[in-house]
Formats: sequence, C-alpha cells, structure tokens
Amino acid sequence: MSKFKKKKKGMPGISTASLPDIVFMLLFFFMVTTVMRETELKIKTPKLPQADQIQKLERKSLVSYIYVGKSKDGTAGDKIQLNDRVSNISDIKSFIFSERATHAEDEIPYLTTSIKADMEANVGTITDIKQELRDINALKINYSTRNGSALDNMK
Amino acid sequence: MAKKNRMSNEINAGSMADIAFLLLIFFLVTTTMDIDTGISRKLPEKQDPNITPPILKEKNVFEVLVNRRNEILVEGENFMQIEDLREATIKFIDNGGGKDENGEECTWCGGARDPESSDHPKKAVISLQSDRGTSYGTYIAVQNELVAAYSDLRNIYANNKFGENFDDLSDEEQKVIKKDIYPQIISEAEPTK
Repeated sequence: MSKFKKKKKGMPGISTASLPDIVFMLLFFFMVTTVMRETELKIKTPKLPQADQIQKLERKSLVSYIYVGKSKDGTAGDKIQLNDRVSNISDIKSFIFSERATHAEDEIPYLTTSIKADMEANVGTITDIKQELRDINALKINYSTRNGSALDNMK
Repeated sequence: MAKKNRMSNEINAGSMADIAFLLLIFFLVTTTMDIDTGISRKLPEKQDPNITPPILKEKNVFEVLVNRRNEILVEGENFMQIEDLREATIKFIDNGGGKDENGEECTWCGGARDPESSDHPKKAVISLQSDRGTSYGTYIAVQNELVAAYSDLRNIYANNKFGENFDDLSDEEQKVIKKDIYPQIISEAEPTK
C-alpha cells in the first residue's frame, strides 16, 4: 500500500529552471533580427507590383525610401511621401541632400533610392521622380517589388 | 561580517524570466521580418544638351512601346501580349546577324542570324518608351521581362561554357559575361505626354 502512495506523491513538477535560458535565446534572436519601422505611412500603403528578376537590397542604412501611392482621404492623383510627410516632387532634391548629409563621404556613391510605388500609380509620377534624382546625380535606384510572377501585374 | 557577505552573494533570479518575457514580447511586436527586394536599375547620367546622341541603325534597336491603355507595341507594328515579350526580346538580342564594332562575329549566338535583325548582342539596344498614363504595374512587368530575357541568355551561355548557372559562377566570370557577352543595354526614352 505504502508503495503505491509513494508513487502518486512523487509525480515530479516540470523544472522551470531552464525557462529563462530559452526565453533569453528567443529574445536575442528577435533583438538581432528586428528592424524598427522608422516611418509611418501617411498615404495608403502601396500595393507593390510583383517581379521575379529581383535582387535583395543590402545594407539598409544606405537606402532611402520614396513612397508613391494614393492619399488616404481619397483625393485623386499620386501622392509622394518622403520621411514622414506627404511632399511634392520638388522636395525630393532636398530630401536626398539631407540623406547624404547623414552619411560619410565615401558612402555617398553607394546610396540607393528605393521607390515603393503602388501598382496603380502613373509612370509619369515615377518619371518625374527619376528626373529629379538624375538632376542631383543620385543614380542608383531600386523599384521595390514583391517576389512573384510579373504577369500578374497586368490583371 | 561573514553573514552579511553571504547574504549579498545571492541575488534572487526568480523574476529573470518575467523580465526576459517582457522584453521578448516587446521585440516580437516591433519586429518586421520583411526583406526588401526589387529590380535594381542605374539611371543614366545627365546628358550634355550640346552632344547629339550617336545614331543607331534601326535594325539594332528593339522598340517597345507601352501606351496608356497598358498595351504593348513592339517594333511599331504588332501588339504583343506580355507573355510573348521575353521570347521576342531573346530572339532579337541573340540574333547575331552581323559583326560588332571590332568586326568580330557573335560565335555564341543561337539566333536565326537574320540580316534584318540585330547585328551583335553588344550592339543590340532595347528602347523602352512608356506613356505618362501607363500603370506602374505594367511598366514593372515589361521591365522585368526585358531583364529576364538577358538573364535567360546569360544563363544559357553559362551553362554551355561552364556547365553551371550564371548565379553560381565566380564574380570574375560573371563580370566577363555581363560586359563582353551579353551586356544589358536598355534605354528608356522620355514618356509621351
């Protein structure tokens, strides 16, 4: 009898001693992979087109973003967002200059401008942006796309 | 004295897990795992208005027009579906009907060697013209197909010559292919109003 009783009592609790270790491991993983979102979108989140000939953008610190999309209140036309406010085409130059000022001189040729534009945006807007970028010699650009079949863009 | 020392030797680690959990949840919430990808292009430098651009032979230019209704017109004659654009582009680049500027023939071209089409991959220029009203999605699709045509050709060449995919080659070999075998010459005209 006493043998059975002993067995029931001896049901061991799960040791939680290694719990902090596990949690810390997860914590470090997320700390390393995390990228803080530095800008809040003031325009409607652009629906990026798809493409399959894509390259990864390396060194995110060298990338400045230009968002193109529709405004949230539904007014017509493409809106451009630089940093955290809706801007005009003519603001792009000063935006790039201010981006350059935050980098060392030898990094400037590697600065890339990523254009995150909505699928429904007009090519005219994109051309205007490119023209502004050419004017100030910011020649490296990247059309931001999702990975997928480019043929789906036409539907 | 000894008693005091022993007391301070032990820090209570019981709440460590709670603190770690709190931080973990914070990072879990703020993390964004998206990797930025896209089509990289290099814009042409600003042209001196006094310099007239070199005149190209018409047969060496592959004209792609996209109008505001997102229709694709190739070589000014036939409307083309986006699905067929890649093949047509490959056919044009890989034609190899003549000689390059050094008088050398394209020995690696697998095209039809039609004298009415492009002379040499080094001379073949793709001209892309779009309308201001073209949708960005179409524009990217066309760009993607044009870039894809080049990467297909480079891949075929790499497989024939080295028996490997282009991406697996060394940087040196990739450079040679990019520069001397199939250089990517895509010219973008100003869009029509």
